[in-house]
Amino acid sequence: MTIEVKQLDRVVIRFAGDSGDGMQLTGDRFTAETASFGNDLSTLPNFPAEIRAPAGTLPGVSSFQLHFADHDILTPGDAPDVLVAMNPAALKANLRDTPRGATLIVDTADFTDRNLKRVGYQANPLETGELEAYHVVPLNLTGMTIESVKEYGLTRKDASRAKNMYALGLVSWLFQRPVESTISFLETKFASKPDIRDANIAAFRAGYNFGETAEEFSVRYEVKPAKMPPGTYRNISGNLALAYGLIAGSKLSGRQLFLGSYPITPASDVLHELSKHKRFGVVTMQAEDEIAGVGAAIGASFGGGLGVTTTSGPGLSLKSEAIGLAVMLELPLIVCDIQRAGPSTGMPTKTEQADLLQVLYGRNGEAPLPVLAAQSPSDCFEIAIEAARIALTYRTPVIVLSDGYLANGSEPWKVPDIASLPAIDPKFTTEPNATDDKGAPVYHPYQRDPKTLARDWAIPGTPGLDHRIGGLEKEDRTGNVSYDPANHDLMVRTRQAKIDGIARTIPPVEVDDPTGDAKVLVLGWGSTYGPIGAGVRRVRKVGGTIAQAHLRHLNPFPDNLGEVLKRYDKVLVPEMNLGQLAMLLRAKYLVDVVSYAQVRGLPLGAAELARVIGNLVEETAGIDADARHLGAAAANLPHGEGILTNGNGKAPTQKESAR
Amino acid sequence: MSTVDLGFPGLNGVPAADGPQNRKEFVSDQEVRWCPGCGDYAVLAAFQSFLPELGVKRENIVMVSGIGCSSRFPYYLSTYGVHSIHGRAPTIATGLAVTRPDLNVWVITGDGDALSIGGNHLIHTMRRNVNLKILLFNNRIYGLTKGQYSPTSERGKVTKSTPMGSVDTPFNPISLALGAEAKFVARTIDSDRKHLTEVLRAAAAHRGTAFVEIYQNCPIFNDNAFDAIKDPKTRDDAIIPLRHGEPIRFGKDGRLGVVRDPSGTGRMSVVEVATLPNGEADLVVHDAHHEDSAYAFALSRLTGGGVLKQAPIGIFRSVQRQVYDDLVREQVATAKSQQGEGDLQSLVTGSDTWTVTA
Repeated sequence: MTIEVKQLDRVVIRFAGDSGDGMQLTGDRFTAETASFGNDLSTLPNFPAEIRAPAGTLPGVSSFQLHFADHDILTPGDAPDVLVAMNPAALKANLRDTPRGATLIVDTADFTDRNLKRVGYQANPLETGELEAYHVVPLNLTGMTIESVKEYGLTRKDASRAKNMYALGLVSWLFQRPVESTISFLETKFASKPDIRDANIAAFRAGYNFGETAEEFSVRYEVKPAKMPPGTYRNISGNLALAYGLIAGSKLSGRQLFLGSYPITPASDVLHELSKHKRFGVVTMQAEDEIAGVGAAIGASFGGGLGVTTTSGPGLSLKSEAIGLAVMLELPLIVCDIQRAGPSTGMPTKTEQADLLQVLYGRNGEAPLPVLAAQSPSDCFEIAIEAARIALTYRTPVIVLSDGYLANGSEPWKVPDIASLPAIDPKFTTEPNATDDKGAPVYHPYQRDPKTLARDWAIPGTPGLDHRIGGLEKEDRTGNVSYDPANHDLMVRTRQAKIDGIARTIPPVEVDDPTGDAKVLVLGWGSTYGPIGAGVRRVRKVGGTIAQAHLRHLNPFPDNLGEVLKRYDKVLVPEMNLGQLAMLLRAKYLVDVVSYAQVRGLPLGAAELARVIGNLVEETAGIDADARHLGAAAANLPHGEGILTNGNGKAPTQKESAR
Repeated sequence: MSTVDLGFPGLNGVPAADGPQNRKEFVSDQEVRWCPGCGDYAVLAAFQSFLPELGVKRENIVMVSGIGCSSRFPYYLSTYGVHSIHGRAPTIATGLAVTRPDLNVWVITGDGDALSIGGNHLIHTMRRNVNLKILLFNNRIYGLTKGQYSPTSERGKVTKSTPMGSVDTPFNPISLALGAEAKFVARTIDSDRKHLTEVLRAAAAHRGTAFVEIYQNCPIFNDNAFDAIKDPKTRDDAIIPLRHGEPIRFGKDGRLGVVRDPSGTGRMSVVEVATLPNGEADLVVHDAHHEDSAYAFALSRLTGGGVLKQAPIGIFRSVQRQVYDDLVREQVATAKSQQGEGDLQSLVTGSDTWTVTA
């Protein structure tokens, strides 16, 4: 039988199974194969907070979605073209996201009456005809896995655990992925357990060979490598990029990196990663609680180090008072908030961006600080360096916002040239900077640089400059405790002016408006960058005119933001919260922003945004609701994320799209 | 840069002063603002006189405090200092000590700051054994918030927030420290300058966390709380002196002493020496270096939980163990020597890359 090879420009594949089935690992490996093949890609891991939820139940389903393409893409895809379901629960939980016509590869081994009833199937859906609209490939993956690893003498249970590798092998064949990296990965991962190692490799190979020889598949697919700017690429997740960016900030400034952190989802991987890099002088401390984590980081900063603490929303709440202290002490500090769905414990493994107002205003008194937000996994690297620059230059705590989607999602990244990154000079004060009443030289810790308003910073060990600072209000210049009314007013305004002045050093917000005559601007911040960009592409593809801009600096805003907003008839702000940025923009610029707010714990979808944007474009043009078609047309595009030109008339490069 | 070798391992790594220093150099220009008669004055005076003795550079000493009357302490010393937020001084001091081995770091705290709002940090700092000296000023009352009961106030204490008397059981700070694995645990008195200085000296010499409880009188909200151990008429019978290697014997003409429970429970009690079959030979000989903290714990229980009548004063425990910050730095050094200094370019590049050509 000859197997046809069909060309595709993009594929969305989702692996789904029990939390114990190794779906995240399977997804990671397929991602690595895809990355090394040279496709552009974007991933979305989605898993329950429970480590091992009861097997075979709907809440226990864990999935990993990967979108890969022969062109630049922005999101992990709205809906899978291929769903690999390892049991009835995985099928049921993921079917509603899977459009008709998609391919379902289903492991039939667990489709027993008992398992089916458990998830609410009265009869076997593989037999009732209810999946007619799909291309269903029912296979006994577990049985075939056990058969393929017989020679290693494993128990049935251990043998069946290799089924994820069997499935990976099969799918790797189906999409013509290179397999060498997975085999060497398995050799390393199970080096100390030869039986398990050999069984996994055997299962992986058996799955691949099954595709080749069995008659289930008459078609293989090919997605050609994407055209990307020349360079060396790697795949990177947001948390990894953040950790590397923090180390880079430390290297560029010559300051020792100290991380004080308490484990919390989805931030813990930054702690895990940084703890591996002691050879860079990095010190990580797993603190007794969130407060101790930030407290220790402040201590390290007082000593002249680069103090960092990483957390998520609930932890940030606990750190508030200490962050206020850092505002008052005017010491550098980086606080990374990897947001998750709240309030309270909320949904720890699900994404959201609802901490914006908390990071801006969640402290007592007037306690302004800079806030940055990464817009893609790889952007976390540059955002971390930017945070270090601002923190050290301005002697201020900086909050970096990421979220669960960026933290765990990954994308190809053109590896930066470290030598080209500019150094960060902490400019310590080592000599007296003032004179006392008697004319003797003294050091005043709150004497400021007239341009940046950053205070003169002397660290312990500097002779003659010993001083005491604290949370009490300080007298201008001398830093002595002061309750003087006019002084307090001056100090509050000075701290605010210092933060506001940072706007002078950040790039203006750039608008992508290819035709130059758009009436509607879509403005986002943080991880909605990908979905918004994909939604915008869809609208443009069906003839809509729309401008797009994205904020990486949330405080202060870029200087030109107000002017940009006023240029458009309507400004649409999509957010994974109930309209927090929209509220800030209305308050600051008196612009009637249209808010699109969704809080489902999932990234926004490209098609839903296309519909919203298209409708607003037509509404702004005065087209009646019943005559509008743009949104629907854009939402229904089957391949909505085609290559589009940016404002310069050329395809956006990966680097540019990561801005 | 020379470092101190005065038999003070607690100061290893801290640069030595260029020459002798005097008390005045350690007095800051700030006006001291405690209430008249406050015990804090005596502690400050003793501390300012003691600091030159350390022989380290003044700019390499850092005082870190929390919130409360005692936490104003750093303002009055011309060293580096941080007056931080309530209960968190040990966390800030830990981050500082771990990253700056050339600093001599002191934590100044009180019974509310350390044992109430900051209880968690206190116990974890002690179990880690960070090289910090913690001075806990215990006046058994909240002073700065004007007179509420504290976690060391005796049950039944009538205060503004407990008009019918407190129903809380108090902490015994020494017992708490020992339970939290502290390796150096001592108690002293604000008004006994000689003893206070001796304890400070021993604390500074110790490498690791040194926990020092200082009984300190608050003349405004809890005056006379320590009368039993201060009044010349009662103090001989009230102070149970702990001197390493000596039998624990005290009271007028040495009539009292500490013995172990003969039934082997490990409990200790105060008895009249005259009633003992072998006299002084039956007394506990104080061993601050005892391996087992149960010994020091038994001693700590001789402190009454109610209105103070009798209390052991001195160094309960002083044993040398591995120090957190030393271990952390050792791991960094090991990583560097085994893997070489990190190269950032190769780190971010990683091992799994592909190349796109033009």
